[in-house]
Amino acid sequence: MMPQTKGKFGTYGGQFVPETLMPALAELETAYEIAKADQNFQAELSHLLKTYVGRPTPLSFAKRLTNHLGGTKIYLKREDVAHTGAHKINNALGQALLAKRMGKPRIVAETGAGQHGVGSATACALLGLQCVVYMGEVDMARQRPNVFRMQLLGAEVRAVGSGSRTLKDAINEAIRDWVTNVRDTHYLLGSVLGPHPYPTMVRDFQSVIGLEARAQILEAEGHLPDLLIACVGGGSNSMGLFHAFLPDQAVAMVGVEAGGCGIESGKHAARFAPPISSNSRPMMEARLGVLHGTKSYILQTPDGQIAETHSISAGLDYPSVGPEHAWLRDEGRISYTYATDTETLAAVKLLSQLEGIIPALESAHAVAEAIKRAPTMPRDSLMVVNISGRGDKDLDTMISHL
Amino acid sequence: MTGIDRITKAFSKGHVAFMPYAVLGYPDRQASLAVVQTLAEAGADLLELGVPFSDPLADGPTIQAATQKSLENGTTLKDCLAMTGELRQRGVNTPALLMGYINPIMAFGIAPFVAEAATVGVDGLIVPDLPPEEADELADACAKHGVALVFLLAPTSTAERIQLVVEKSQGFIYLVSLTGVTGARRDVPPDLADFVARVRAQTDKPLAIGFGIGNGEQARQVSQLANGVIVGSALVKLAAESLDNMRALAMELRAGVGK
Repeated sequence: MMPQTKGKFGTYGGQFVPETLMPALAELETAYEIAKADQNFQAELSHLLKTYVGRPTPLSFAKRLTNHLGGTKIYLKREDVAHTGAHKINNALGQALLAKRMGKPRIVAETGAGQHGVGSATACALLGLQCVVYMGEVDMARQRPNVFRMQLLGAEVRAVGSGSRTLKDAINEAIRDWVTNVRDTHYLLGSVLGPHPYPTMVRDFQSVIGLEARAQILEAEGHLPDLLIACVGGGSNSMGLFHAFLPDQAVAMVGVEAGGCGIESGKHAARFAPPISSNSRPMMEARLGVLHGTKSYILQTPDGQIAETHSISAGLDYPSVGPEHAWLRDEGRISYTYATDTETLAAVKLLSQLEGIIPALESAHAVAEAIKRAPTMPRDSLMVVNISGRGDKDLDTMISHL
Repeated sequence: MTGIDRITKAFSKGHVAFMPYAVLGYPDRQASLAVVQTLAEAGADLLELGVPFSDPLADGPTIQAATQKSLENGTTLKDCLAMTGELRQRGVNTPALLMGYINPIMAFGIAPFVAEAATVGVDGLIVPDLPPEEADELADACAKHGVALVFLLAPTSTAERIQLVVEKSQGFIYLVSLTGVTGARRDVPPDLADFVARVRAQTDKPLAIGFGIGNGEQARQVSQLANGVIVGSALVKLAAESLDNMRALAMELRAGVGK
């Protein structure tokens, strides 16, 4: 399945940015196409992924969780053991290498949970690039360890106090910085979002997750899995896992969004959740719109103002979703569901105690769905769950809730 | 006469056009109408009326704060259309363009929005996050109602992009004077003359320059390069403080632009 026209996934995607950035996007697209086809670039990236990030990350059989749930065999793709503790480093290194090739000495990035900020700061330290990370004040408070890590890595963390003071506002500020400093700055966007070529490029850099997982499950079990599960904020870890399996029609895929306090509460970030029937005018609803340069589903007010979302996990607390996800949902290739904050916390506890793996709150959304599905699936079936990151950054939140 | 005609006429008066900007619904609904009326009386040739959006990524701190306040006041795109209509009823006949982001327009419905805009007396639209490549649907609706869809160029625009924008932009071309967001700056960018010359070499359409202009002297310098001068943040800053001070600045800008 390929997008019909360049930069579009069906009707989704595109380039909705101020004119100042249009030439930069064209430059980036050209540079990326050349790099993608360049064996030297690919070899350099592969070498770093192996010798620096620690790839391939393992595919672990979750024996005790499988026995506990009494259904399908559960495997965990362990992005949590990648250097810096999450899948974000895959994309950050790829784009930082590209920025260096393009002669851009300065990087700006946004971060929600802090994992992309840490990944960017790490890649910049490794490659000798200047790094500025924008982060919402709310997220800085709930992900303090990552703020300190970024600073230790030599990055400047700039607090964003506008709007909802979370990921969406951090992206606004990063784009404003990019508009201002576009001549010497690369915007290292952290998910399959934003204007073309970002959704495609970030997916390509993350597709290593699924390529590895596919080979690993074939080696371990001799056949493909029946189901893949991953959490979806912007959607980069899920697209990274799913992409290599898209041609395998027998492999079902579920993306898990942030259900927050429940859909009916209006405090969530589940863009694909069915609308609740209510006589009163809903505070927010997911509709086709444009945010941060791309056309996709966006949680917004009836008047077209972007809604303030909620999730216990900063990384999923975002009102829009990658355009390729919107398209693959329309195509019926991927289905979407959500996990609430409460279900997520229970999943953290269960995975920690049965497998010795403390997942990030984001990743625990995928685990929560696995807990629901596994008992309903036959014992000879196979499930792969993406543990997109480790939970160390979330200890403060977990301690106050568990 | 269509909106395009009215805008074209505003650039054919034999002097450089002065186009001040105000945020609709800021500091509140009634006060913003008085602000726009004051700007018209101070000698505006065109009016740029800002529609608030929750995520104005092309705007600097001043307009961010003003549009945020307007949203807190409950201003919607529908209200902005109604306010424009009310200004027309009050006798403000200056050609007016709405400046706003694409998402609220999509939420309203592109075709119904343009139809209603034309009805209430909107002459043109400026949508900063909608380059010509993505604008087909809005451009078709505007063409149907004679509403001018104005596109922007920036100092980073290549010759190919300049060609695209000068072909598509109606009424005039909005030149963003600098690489950056809206907001008054201390100096006029040194490379502005080169940028304007690059665009001028490819079109005879009117060129209006905005972003960063905040006083009469800057307006004077910029007016020597262009057919129109756009001023936003410096006026918005005063709109809530003192209508008299804002009027004084508007007149200073008007004098700087020349008449």
